[in-house]
Amino acid sequence: MPALLPNEKENPLSSAPEVITDVARESLLAEITAALGDRLAASHLRPADDLWLRVHTDAWKSSIRTLRDTLGFHYFCFLSAIDWMPSPFGRGEDDPTEPTPVRDTTIRSGYAGGATRMQVFVRIVNPVTHIGVTIKVDVDDAKPVLESLHDVYAGANWHERETHEMFGINFDGHPDLRNMYLPMDFEGHPLRKDFPLLARMIKPWPGIVDVEPLPGGGVDESADEA
Amino acid sequence: MSLTDRLLGDRQRLAYIASQAADSRLNVELETEGMTLNIGPQHPATHGTLRIIARLDGEQVVWAEPSCGYMHRGYEKLAEVRTYPQVTSLVNRIDWLGSFANEVPFILAAEKLMGVEAPARSQHIRTILFELSRIANVSLFLGDLGVQMGAITPVFFAFRDREYVLNLIEGATGGRFHPNFDRIGGLKDDLPKGWIAETKAVMKKLRKFCDQIDDLLFGNEIFQARMRGIGVIPRDVALQYGLSGANLRASGVDWDLRRDQSLPMAWNKADWKVWTHPDGDSYARCWVRLQETRESTKIVDQLLDTIPSGPIMAKVPKIIKVPEGEAWVSTENPLGEMGYYVVSRGELGPFRVKIRSASFNNMSVAPWALRGVYVPDIVTILASLYFILGDIDR
Repeated sequence: MPALLPNEKENPLSSAPEVITDVARESLLAEITAALGDRLAASHLRPADDLWLRVHTDAWKSSIRTLRDTLGFHYFCFLSAIDWMPSPFGRGEDDPTEPTPVRDTTIRSGYAGGATRMQVFVRIVNPVTHIGVTIKVDVDDAKPVLESLHDVYAGANWHERETHEMFGINFDGHPDLRNMYLPMDFEGHPLRKDFPLLARMIKPWPGIVDVEPLPGGGVDESADEA
Repeated sequence: MSLTDRLLGDRQRLAYIASQAADSRLNVELETEGMTLNIGPQHPATHGTLRIIARLDGEQVVWAEPSCGYMHRGYEKLAEVRTYPQVTSLVNRIDWLGSFANEVPFILAAEKLMGVEAPARSQHIRTILFELSRIANVSLFLGDLGVQMGAITPVFFAFRDREYVLNLIEGATGGRFHPNFDRIGGLKDDLPKGWIAETKAVMKKLRKFCDQIDDLLFGNEIFQARMRGIGVIPRDVALQYGLSGANLRASGVDWDLRRDQSLPMAWNKADWKVWTHPDGDSYARCWVRLQETRESTKIVDQLLDTIPSGPIMAKVPKIIKVPEGEAWVSTENPLGEMGYYVVSRGELGPFRVKIRSASFNNMSVAPWALRGVYVPDIVTILASLYFILGDIDR
């Protein structure tokens, strides 16, 4: 998208989307679909941007191993998790003297879908073509256990330790799931959405002022909603 | 028994024991016991507060484990309760020696989700400031490298010359360490008057500094003896641990995110080279960083000549709401690949931010790399892997 000059009137957010074709990622997706077969649950491709896959939980480790061995994804970028339940505490900006407002905590998954509240995702890259994929997997809410990837990518060791302490997801076969950052007797899993940020619970956050429109700023509310 | 006989007998017995010990590699009388050595959290080689627990057998490390978490600040949780513009002041503090470089991938991720692209002028200035923060970061690394091995002189050169760069960053942004200068859609301000000429003069000084470090350290015999062939990380190990930046290129992988992905930045408008080294040892990692600093000064010089005119901010609403979606953007930061996985729900703040910092992965190879090395090499290997504690713990 070209840079807008100050006298141009059109809104960059509403300009017509260009049609982009991404041959490299489309052919990669075809190869991945052929290699994974039934193990692939869903995929999502944003041309010239990125590729998302979702694999079935019981095929987690074997799919990643197949991708590494057959399609050359040798570079391990990171592994982490997402809690898709919107936080019942909002952004921690409630007035503590008022009753807590009721919030919509319906679970809604992101790209490539999903059925559970927790999802683990890993990013691996092919160091020759420099194309990476983000692979997601559903984690059962009642029994959050997943196969460990530490013998596929040795670097997954620390990332799984971090995910374990932050989200409470267990990794089967991991050699050492000690806490990375927190004390061993810490209770709760801080990055879960139902874990409150205590600093915000104790004292109302003054930063709310920053997001209010400035007086005389010349931007009306209807333009912001566009 | 005469005195001579007794002495001879003792000597023979000792010689017998010694030969037997040498044959079977067993210590008969001097049996060694394992020992646990604790390095840090406060130790000059730890760049902050990293603690390393090493199990030793004599002088050799049997097993070593970095213990992180002395500086965990929970930025991923904090980012969930902040608005997008507020997050930049947080991520500034991840790698505190190259702060501006931390802001850029987050802003790029937010811009990608919004479908906004910064004007060409601000892309150019962003790239220049990005490279300046790399120079400030790596020049301190090069000076500090000497201190780890007992050479005091280079660190004075490094602090002197880094100060010039920090003055430039302060001149343009107002902050020496934490600029918080990047905005969604552009930059906070334009460059001040006289900044371009000043920057060119400083880049000359920095190239001279690189030559000095090259002479002082890299040509030094002690330095080479301590670094060559020590802490070798082969290509396959580097890839599967997710090493990035100079650590990966020193293992022979020709991969630079500045060159190998298309980002709305100005790196492709300059002529520069990606340096690699086939050895994968401590020396190679440091050498690649030295060459990169030289390349960065060249990038800055070329980009200063070609700054386009135009606005520095694209048109963005005052209250920034980022549309729903997910985006991953990573850039080649001074320490390696730094990326943000941003999940947006169309609100004022991000729904989830995963911060992929370079040092976390670079450090996770330490248990592998430290196994079997001698105690003094722990310090040089850690120094050459180059981590910043804020970048590990986030």
